[in-house]
Amino acid sequence: MEKNNLQAALQKQAAFGADLDLKKFDDNNDVHLQSAEDLSASGKAKLEKVGIDLQESNRSATFVQVDNAQLKSDVKPETPLTLMNTGLAAQKYPDLVEKYWWHAVKPDTDKYTAITALEKENGYFIHVRAGAKIAFPLQACVFMSHEEQLQRVHNVVILEEGSELNIISGCASDEAVEHGVHLGISEMFVGKNAKLSFTMIHNWGHNVAVRPRTVTLVAEGGTYISNYVCMEKVKDIQMYPTVRLQGKGAVARLNSVLVAPPGSHMDVGGKAVLEVPGTRAEIVTRSISTGGEIINRGNLTGDAENIKAHLECHGLMLSNEGYIRAIPELFAETGNSELSHEAAVGRIAPEEIQYLMARGMSEEEATATIVRGFLNVNIEGLPATLSKKITDTLDAFQMNKGM
Amino acid sequence: MLNIEHLSVAVGDKQILTDINLHIGYGEVHVLFGPNGTGKSTLISTIMGFENYKVLEGKIVFKGQDITRASCDERARLGIGVMIQRPPTIRGLSLRKMVEICGATSKEAESMAAWMGMTDFLDRSVNEGFSGGELKRSELLQLMAQKPELLLLDEPESGVDVENIALVGRAANYILQHVDCRQDKKCGTSCCGHKADCPKNNPLAESGHSGLIITHLGHILKYVPASHAHILYNGRMTCPKGDPLEVLQCISRMGYEHCAGAACARKG
Repeated sequence: MEKNNLQAALQKQAAFGADLDLKKFDDNNDVHLQSAEDLSASGKAKLEKVGIDLQESNRSATFVQVDNAQLKSDVKPETPLTLMNTGLAAQKYPDLVEKYWWHAVKPDTDKYTAITALEKENGYFIHVRAGAKIAFPLQACVFMSHEEQLQRVHNVVILEEGSELNIISGCASDEAVEHGVHLGISEMFVGKNAKLSFTMIHNWGHNVAVRPRTVTLVAEGGTYISNYVCMEKVKDIQMYPTVRLQGKGAVARLNSVLVAPPGSHMDVGGKAVLEVPGTRAEIVTRSISTGGEIINRGNLTGDAENIKAHLECHGLMLSNEGYIRAIPELFAETGNSELSHEAAVGRIAPEEIQYLMARGMSEEEATATIVRGFLNVNIEGLPATLSKKITDTLDAFQMNKGM
Repeated sequence: MLNIEHLSVAVGDKQILTDINLHIGYGEVHVLFGPNGTGKSTLISTIMGFENYKVLEGKIVFKGQDITRASCDERARLGIGVMIQRPPTIRGLSLRKMVEICGATSKEAESMAAWMGMTDFLDRSVNEGFSGGELKRSELLQLMAQKPELLLLDEPESGVDVENIALVGRAANYILQHVDCRQDKKCGTSCCGHKADCPKNNPLAESGHSGLIITHLGHILKYVPASHAHILYNGRMTCPKGDPLEVLQCISRMGYEHCAGAACARKG
């Protein structure tokens, strides 16, 4: 990509979401924290909430970036994977740069991708060797500690043939950070018969704006499972991750669990492009508004014969404020494809509450049970502790709401 | 056990039931016949205390306690259990969890489900994609765990295939007759909870449980020792002391109107 074109793209508004004026934020590469120990207590608590275990038990590797500086990048001994800062990896492996860098996400997609491509490269690079099946999850944390920070992240994840990896990517900001922008570009390459589970949990500050840009390419027989969880207030998040299934038998499943409190705006989508015959995809979203705004975009594009994909989007309004909008789109370009969608947005059906009450539950218990069940998508690849954490968060949240 | 006096009920602005009187003693199972749309389900829903069923007049007394204004869950905890015709789906809540919520231990849930042929459904969401017969078995499984003293069944046979009707009937019978040895203090006899070993006992008398069953075809009567029958016709209760099989035969020969009127009055 020509530098000039990228310069021009710095002005390019994104297809969706409010346009952010990046000049208002502090774009620096300073080191604001020396080690994870320097994190504030609330910061540490937040990391735990997004699935990051600083004790690193049951983790194969740990990466921590604070603002625009890498804090930590450790791989447990004898783990057949490479983990390092993307900028460092670019210097070390020019052949990989040639083959992968900015091949999934076009750098001139919008101003956010352009600035990330132009400035000093941060983020994590993960490379799993062919056939290596990594038992414990790799945890990657991107943390914002500095007020008015512009955080840029470029992640590159490569799974070679037959390898398997489970990534927990936790993003959060310090309680003290009121304003900030997080730009997170992720390019993921799932090789032949490889399997990647990618769980991203967000817990941002009240006034933080977030613009992830994720594209995953899946080769023949590969599996990509993405879980996205955001249950805390975030001022403005817009993302529309895309999976391109490029080899026969490739499979993708995208799950999202969203809870939008008052003052939140979550424009979260998911797109699967089925480019070759014999591919399958499923996108499942569960959204709850407790007063915030949620837009669920979903797109299934069938470019080939003999493909199958399903889009499911269910929303629950627990408040008279806010809204949930479901915008599902299906594109079938051949005569032999099976694309379906199912969307439903509403409040909890009183019959459901009454039904549980007739089995002896109080109205509060019944409501909480229904909400928990509603959010209970079968999240594969999520460690049990994390799954429990999500349930606990939900319970705490319900008690706060007096539900 | 249950005394309903002069009960009138409206749904929305429409009055459905007028001046209903019903007395169900301990150990009695009553059957309720009547044409569609006459208010049978409304009566059961009102006894259970579901929202939207407004009591205009009269009262409902259960085990000596006036529950006319009690919430649905209070009634459940007092010992009333219901099987409704079209239970909702509770997405994400497994049937296993539901059975445990109803009061079963995880081991009991397993064995009860095996008995009801529902083992394969335990880890599915409650009622999600269940067929008519599976819904009934799911409901009865929950009720087995709930162990109500007053069992309300709204058309337990509808949508159930011939093979499963016996299972549904036996399950209803089990709930009615089974003495809960963990809770019931009067459970002192050696065959408590294992009625099959005690042919001389009147199991229903021992359990003291009662039931109210809505049925059209009466298949359930082969399995459940019903003692009384009523016909609900035009929102009013008739035939207070009818014999279930006689009333059923009358209806199939002469129709509801005749049996609810003249035939009933003759029995007086």
